[in-house]
Amino acid sequence: MAQVTLRKVVKKYDEVLAVRGIDLDINDKEFIVLVGPSGCGKSTTLRMIAGLEEISDGDIAIGGHVVNDVPPKDRDIAMVFQNYALYPHMNVYENMSFGLKLKKTPKDVIDQRVKQAAQILDITELLDRKPKQLSGGQRQRVAMGRAIVRDPKVFLFDEPLSNLDAKLRVQMRTEIKKVHQKVRTTTVYVTHDQVEAMTLADRVVVMNGGLIEQVGSPNDLYHSPATKFVAGFIGSPAMNFISCQLEQAAGALRVRLNDTLSFPVPADRTARYTAHVGKPSLMLGLRPEHITETKPHTESNQHDFDMLIDVVEPMGMETLVYFTVNGREICGRVNPNAGAEAERSMKLRADLSNMHLIDDSTGKVL
Amino acid sequence: MANTAVATGASTRPNYGSMSRDRTWALRWSYFFLVLFAIFFLMPPIYMLITSLKTSAEISAAKNPWFISNPTLQNYIDLLSQNQFLVFFRNSAIVSICVVIITMMISVIAAFALARMKFWGSATLATGVFLTYLIPETLLFIPLFKMFAWVNEVFGVQLMNHWWTMIILYPTLTVPFATWIMIGYFASIPKELDEAALIDGATWMQTLTKIFIPVALPGIIAATIFTFTVAWAQFLYPLAFTTSTSELVLPVGIITTLIKGDVFNWGQIMTGALLGAAPPLIIYAFLMDYYIAGLTAGATKG
Repeated sequence: MAQVTLRKVVKKYDEVLAVRGIDLDINDKEFIVLVGPSGCGKSTTLRMIAGLEEISDGDIAIGGHVVNDVPPKDRDIAMVFQNYALYPHMNVYENMSFGLKLKKTPKDVIDQRVKQAAQILDITELLDRKPKQLSGGQRQRVAMGRAIVRDPKVFLFDEPLSNLDAKLRVQMRTEIKKVHQKVRTTTVYVTHDQVEAMTLADRVVVMNGGLIEQVGSPNDLYHSPATKFVAGFIGSPAMNFISCQLEQAAGALRVRLNDTLSFPVPADRTARYTAHVGKPSLMLGLRPEHITETKPHTESNQHDFDMLIDVVEPMGMETLVYFTVNGREICGRVNPNAGAEAERSMKLRADLSNMHLIDDSTGKVL
Repeated sequence: MANTAVATGASTRPNYGSMSRDRTWALRWSYFFLVLFAIFFLMPPIYMLITSLKTSAEISAAKNPWFISNPTLQNYIDLLSQNQFLVFFRNSAIVSICVVIITMMISVIAAFALARMKFWGSATLATGVFLTYLIPETLLFIPLFKMFAWVNEVFGVQLMNHWWTMIILYPTLTVPFATWIMIGYFASIPKELDEAALIDGATWMQTLTKIFIPVALPGIIAATIFTFTVAWAQFLYPLAFTTSTSELVLPVGIITTLIKGDVFNWGQIMTGALLGAAPPLIIYAFLMDYYIAGLTAGATKG
């Protein structure tokens, strides 16, 4: 059993606050991904859990015990580093068994555990090789093997896939997920790549400026972001933000983008949004997949409008179209056969049932 | 069709000169200068070798100095049958080996602490180590005389005129530089490597012995070679602090015993110098490969 608990954890470097008092409960066997832009404090948080950074304030507990002053080796954790950090003078077997040897584990136990881990990771043939004889992906597997053999309470991954090429990254991502499904160890994984976060995590922790913006399942974060930051960070291409006003006209609530463009607010949102009528600095958030080409039949909350397309980007299975509203570039996803052409007007459809209304002054999704 | 197009394209393109021609010229110049430098730097040792194979009469005869008419090994036989020369050699060998051991033991541990265990004042200390290296020994030997006299007065230990005093003295020159080399080398080892060791449960000492020393072996060998060379070739301190023939080390011994007044026994001086230069040469030859091999390859992203 290994829950990890962070209580009001602060990290200060001289006078710079890297982590500003975060609370987080990680459940046993859970796969948690910390994601955010560089400098958001995600790696610092991970290193504090590992014990590689002292915490300036607050408490970190692993398996119910506060570990603030416990050295890394006694925290029963294993860490996989971005640059693998394999010992270059040892072969794969020695790399994987180093920690167990230091703990004076019996030789036959070491042998059994190393071979078992090697089997899980499919690196049995590489056990005699030195790290320099391995490819990037193989090194990454060995680094994971080194973590697995120790059978720790918690796995910590610090951007483990950033050094791999795109194809290998996708492959190793699946590999990591498979390994977690097999060994079911509590895992904390740091990445700046939101796709990695979404695909791997049971729950994603989005961090920004040393604070946690939102914690939730990948689907929660995608469909119900709590802040503008989360809404813009999760999803690719990113969510469109268009400045707007909320107006009450003829008994109905409408989102007005400009003089020519306005949409009625879906009925189920009316009650939630009425209080914000007339508020300045409102923004409409709409994901690219909710701006499509027109279709023969219209469902509720779908509204057609004409727009001059600036740029067309064919992606194969879909085509991205870019146009400008209120001085901002907006992206839509249309069918490749919809006949989108640059510098030509096109009839598009906005699906408002998935709209988000954001108060830009607070950054909160309303 | 295609051929025509290519031909037209080639003829219309201005001629910028080809890569391979540039490379050829670069190589020619490299060889020219390399040969020039090789000749320049090999001249003294070759001259030593030639002179060591001549009789005194042939050396003093005003003939072509690069030519030997009657080669002889007499100088080598004379020198090696003298007990003196073997004593110098033994003194030098013991001093150099001890200095290497002392220096490496101190500087590896010191460099590890200064490079990795961030503590209050570590950066200042590292700079301090380097500054001590910058003070030339010519400035130090007079204060050292004073210190030796003080040690004699207070503790009754005579440090003057003993070859083993050099074992204490030389590390003052070698430790700062070797430490500085090792700090640089240790600093180039990725931080994650000691963090991984720390998480694996290694103590600082285990991290040093099981990870850092093996990984930094090329650096340690470089520092060892340097230390040995300095200790072996050191001239000023033994000249200042030793006088009895039995206490001399090789460089000073050759000069003081083979130059008698204004009589220079050139044949034996050159033989002694050549034999004296042999140990560092042999060490370089053996360890050079190790020195160049980069053991850190593959440690991290490659």
